[in-house]
Amino acid sequence: MSNKMALRRRSFLGSVAALGGGLALGWRVPAFADAGDQELGIWVVISPDDTVTVRIARSEMGQGTFTGLAQLVADELDADWRNVQAEYVSPDENLAHKRAWGDMSTGGSRGIRGSVDYVRKGGAAARAMLITAASMLWDVPAAECTTKLGVVKHEKSGRTITYGDIAADAAKLPVPTEVTLKTPEQWTIIGKGVRRLDTFQKLSGRQVFAIDVQLPDMLNAAIAQCPVYGGTLRSFSADKIKSMPGVRTVVPVDDNAVAVVADKWYQAKTALAALPIVWNEGAGAMVDSAQIAELLKGGLEAKEAALGQKHGDVESGLASAAKVIEAMYASPYLAHATMEPMNCTAKFADGKVEIWVPSQNGDASLAAAAEAGGVKLGDVKVNKLHLGGGFGRRGQQDYTRQAVLIAKQVPGRPVKLIWTREEDTAHDFYRPITQCRLRAGLDASGNVVALHARLSGQSILAYLAPSRMENGVDRIAFQSWTEEEFGYKTIPNLLIDHAVRNTHVPVGFWRGVNTNQNAIYMECFIDELANAAGKDPLEFRRAMLAKSPKHLAVLNAAAEKAEWGKPLPAGVFRGICQNYGYGSYTAAVAEVSVSPQGALKVHRIVAATDPGYAVNPQQIEAQVQGSFVYGLSAVLYGEISIAKGRAVQSNFDTYPVMRLAEMPKVETVIVPSGGFWGGVGEPTIAVAGPAVLNAIFAATGKRIRTLPLRQHDLAHA
Amino acid sequence: MIKLTVNGTTHEVDAEPDTPLLWVIREWLGMTGTKYGCGIAQCGACTVHIDGVATRSCQVPAGSVSAAQIVTIEGLSSDGLSNPVQDAWLRLDVPQCGYCQSGQIMAAVALLRSNPTPTDADIDTAMTNICRCGTYQRIREAIHAAAMSGRKA
Repeated sequence: MSNKMALRRRSFLGSVAALGGGLALGWRVPAFADAGDQELGIWVVISPDDTVTVRIARSEMGQGTFTGLAQLVADELDADWRNVQAEYVSPDENLAHKRAWGDMSTGGSRGIRGSVDYVRKGGAAARAMLITAASMLWDVPAAECTTKLGVVKHEKSGRTITYGDIAADAAKLPVPTEVTLKTPEQWTIIGKGVRRLDTFQKLSGRQVFAIDVQLPDMLNAAIAQCPVYGGTLRSFSADKIKSMPGVRTVVPVDDNAVAVVADKWYQAKTALAALPIVWNEGAGAMVDSAQIAELLKGGLEAKEAALGQKHGDVESGLASAAKVIEAMYASPYLAHATMEPMNCTAKFADGKVEIWVPSQNGDASLAAAAEAGGVKLGDVKVNKLHLGGGFGRRGQQDYTRQAVLIAKQVPGRPVKLIWTREEDTAHDFYRPITQCRLRAGLDASGNVVALHARLSGQSILAYLAPSRMENGVDRIAFQSWTEEEFGYKTIPNLLIDHAVRNTHVPVGFWRGVNTNQNAIYMECFIDELANAAGKDPLEFRRAMLAKSPKHLAVLNAAAEKAEWGKPLPAGVFRGICQNYGYGSYTAAVAEVSVSPQGALKVHRIVAATDPGYAVNPQQIEAQVQGSFVYGLSAVLYGEISIAKGRAVQSNFDTYPVMRLAEMPKVETVIVPSGGFWGGVGEPTIAVAGPAVLNAIFAATGKRIRTLPLRQHDLAHA
Repeated sequence: MIKLTVNGTTHEVDAEPDTPLLWVIREWLGMTGTKYGCGIAQCGACTVHIDGVATRSCQVPAGSVSAAQIVTIEGLSSDGLSNPVQDAWLRLDVPQCGYCQSGQIMAAVALLRSNPTPTDADIDTAMTNICRCGTYQRIREAIHAAAMSGRKA
């Protein structure tokens, strides 16, 4: 061990004196590394004190990608994990380097599976450079050198050198383009439940979220947007509030909002509440939830619909069936409700823009800031901060644009825009509202001979990215139901289609997106079919998944762990379901009881997942647990309804979410079958709802087909 | 001017007396560990201790607590780890996004100070702060772990 190794330990321990065990726990305080001449390719920086800094292009919003991506790189590097930390690549650096760090967009559970190949190659390339440099120093063949735990070793002579000692030499070498990646048996960090790299600062209030940014001369802004979607700002009377404490100015923002800029945000918010504003509410003001429901209902019967999947002939299959079962399901709009409300800090000075932003897509933040500022892309600097929740909401950059538009009207001074919770709830890109009509035919033995699922509802792509529509078809609407995803391949006659029915309400990507509703529709309906066929819901699914071994294996894993079929305490009932989405297989068993008065208690969840390779089992478990909170919050309570063209709900009192007391015990079963990299952050949400809803049916005989659950009386005899 | 004693230090603050304590802590004192989540005392992200009682600071007028001892997450321990609740949170890797965790930790410390060995039912009753990432199961485990440590929260 080199002297500086001891030095580093001393300084490290010095900064966290009296911690005891800090090193053993393996945490590091993330800090921007001074790359200097210690940069080994673009992903790895190794300091003389042996600290390995892994650069991360995706955004950390709680899902653990900061840690997971670092594990991938560190494993190929043969780093000592205790010396590893992570830092963001900034979008302006990415732009200046021809997007060398690839896609920054963080959504679709793509953090790991979308970057695994190139980040691992980055780690392997850095390792090769370290070996080459050491072999040159010792004048031995590189092939005689090995690496382990941050040390290069020449096996024959026994000589060793730490990465920190050889990194400066290695950094001068060309970055190899051809590298061999490890095989899964060689992994030492991938697959380990190492602790997160970002935990420590989140325990002490030291984590600086974007909402916490404080800059010299900073002003603060509060915003009011036209409550009706599509409406505009007509006028406001700034004179009425200009003398209120702290108020600096009142500015229009785009054509649909007005912001008060003040010394403190609370002053801005207080003054904004007193500001007389007149809106042009527009045609949207005539729309309410009942009208939207009628519009969608029409789509269920419409002749024309976009085709998702078809084989056989559903109509003749239904005509020949011994029994036909039909059901209609519906899901409302949902808000994301990230704990940290939308915010962005922006500074416009000398024709340049700088922003501090919580973003799921740094590249998109940069582009939005450039457009709003009227500056070139190269004149924007983007500071990414960890997100206080994302869930898909922060892929959109409306708040980034607004912050820059406001800052441009107060040039030279940074302005922090924070939305109130009320504004955040009222101006989301909501999970789309959909309805689904399912029809299925059973033969005399209770086998499904035909199934038609007709979706009707809003298209995310039509609203956010019309160019991605394919001849009027929104492929995302069919998530989990495409030919490659859908597990029930034994159905001879199948038709899945979608009547696109758009409204003026903004829609977007909500953690799990359409897998959530689609899985509820399909998995609850399959339960209905099993019941109609007089068969056990597990056995019924097993037969239908005969041609889908991975779907079946995960279903079986959940059923076994939950001891499906084994008697439960009196009053407790089970429900089961499975789904595939985001490249991973999931299944769940829920155990619930419902009192005669209708009080629901979810006692236990067993959730199985096959993500191919499991990078960090501890974080997969955390995501699975969290998926039940997010998914069950939606099923139990979630609804944004529309009256006079605007959201009715405004805060957690009217948009309630699950709290700790309602949290069931979630047992996670990870069954990685290898050979692929599946997502983790989203796929399990899809099975949260149907498992519980099917268990409620078992407990009460009541089939819940419209959400949220709180609209229903579960009282039973 | 409002007088406030936060983490043992007394400040004179030039804010309106009806300004919520949350915003005085964040904007006038520049301590940002205490978070804004809802502004209506629903979510608990702004939880601080006022004379030892876990309190949602977004609904407390700063002018009403001049005589009180206020403790924020920054005042819980000097190194951010040595309180047994923080230590348990670290060992169980509780946070995900982390935004609600200051409030969760402040609520958990207050619970353990009044009830050093809480049952699950006690935890259900005391821990009503919202976490959207869904860390509830680990929060529960960490509170039990902190209680088992035998150290005073």
